[in-house]
Amino acid sequence: MSEQATRISEKVSAILDKYRHEEGMLVSILQDIQAEYNHLPKDALVEVSRRLGIPLTQVYSVATFFKAFSLTPRGRHSIHVCLGTACHVRGAVRVLDEVERELGIKAGETTADLKYTLERVNCVGACALGPIVIVDDQFSGEMTIDKVKPMLTSYD
Amino acid sequence: MVTLTIDGREVRAEEGKVLLEVARDNRIDIPALCQHDSVAAYGACRLCMVEISRKGREKLVASCLYPAEEGLVVKTDSPRVIHVRRTVTELLLARCPDSEVLQDLARKLGIERPRFSLEEGNHKCILCALCTRACEQVVGASAISLANRGTARQMATPFHAFSEACIACGTCAEICPTRAIDINDVGDTRIIVMPNVTMEFKLKQCSVCGSYWAPERQLEHIIRQAGLPDNAFDKCPDCRD
Repeated sequence: MSEQATRISEKVSAILDKYRHEEGMLVSILQDIQAEYNHLPKDALVEVSRRLGIPLTQVYSVATFFKAFSLTPRGRHSIHVCLGTACHVRGAVRVLDEVERELGIKAGETTADLKYTLERVNCVGACALGPIVIVDDQFSGEMTIDKVKPMLTSYD
Repeated sequence: MVTLTIDGREVRAEEGKVLLEVARDNRIDIPALCQHDSVAAYGACRLCMVEISRKGREKLVASCLYPAEEGLVVKTDSPRVIHVRRTVTELLLARCPDSEVLQDLARKLGIERPRFSLEEGNHKCILCALCTRACEQVVGASAISLANRGTARQMATPFHAFSEACIACGTCAEICPTRAIDINDVGDTRIIVMPNVTMEFKLKQCSVCGSYWAPERQLEHIIRQAGLPDNAFDKCPDCRD
């Protein structure tokens, strides 16, 4: 077993202990793994399947079903650009275009340096402040194209 | 036993038996693709929809899942049933235009061409999950499953890679109603071509006649399951005494 696989194995073991190896807690277990690694590493899913004694296909089905899970590494910061109706009519599409151009990626993708993952959402319930861009837990309202670059450079 | 009416005919049936089975017992044909006697009903293909009326209310239900009950009135060929059956067939055919099974079914229902745009990619999988259910419930391997969701839903092996749990038995190919899975034995290798992955397996050679007669993994699986000696399958069936 490689060093990394051993580390993942230990981590998964600790998470499974927390949920007392209950098969029914699979989603919570995967959430914890995702919180730890920012995505679901293949080795971790194999380990979960092996230790819980459930088929890997079942773990894989659940891991690919929910949008909250990602099988590919995600960026350190997540950017959500709201494209709900209110944000949309106030020019959110242009804001998204600008973010895509600045980062050189499309919505749903992650930058090569693993700094940002860009995603589009449809309404975050702050319509009066649209267009809204959310970086991690930080909401930025009344976004304009001009504000995109300063916002992106303020993170490391 | 309960008494119910199917297409105007009064029939007797075991309570709880599903309508599709009751109809077939009485030689009334209802098309269905995702139903198979060896696995639990699933209701995926929606071809077996029938109209039922109870207490003056009519509704469409999947006959592969709906249990027979006393006094139920079932129609398997009402205009509403035919309409939904045609629409479902059109949708399935638009998804898998190359499927001969669906082409035949469409022809029987008088559909020349689906009104929906045809999907490209030459796969024949309608996502009925018969293969994955058989793999889990009959074979006990759980080597394949449905993954993703919505329009990205697909039959898959974990990570679209070689499935370690697969024993190469070919049950999935055998049970697939649209023949979406190909299975070929070439020399000492069994090649299984699924819509999203191709896997190769070694075949076992008979110690007497030298023919390659079954996948090694399948034989190992049987040996494990039945607690047989390791050399139980060294000879092919033809060479055993």
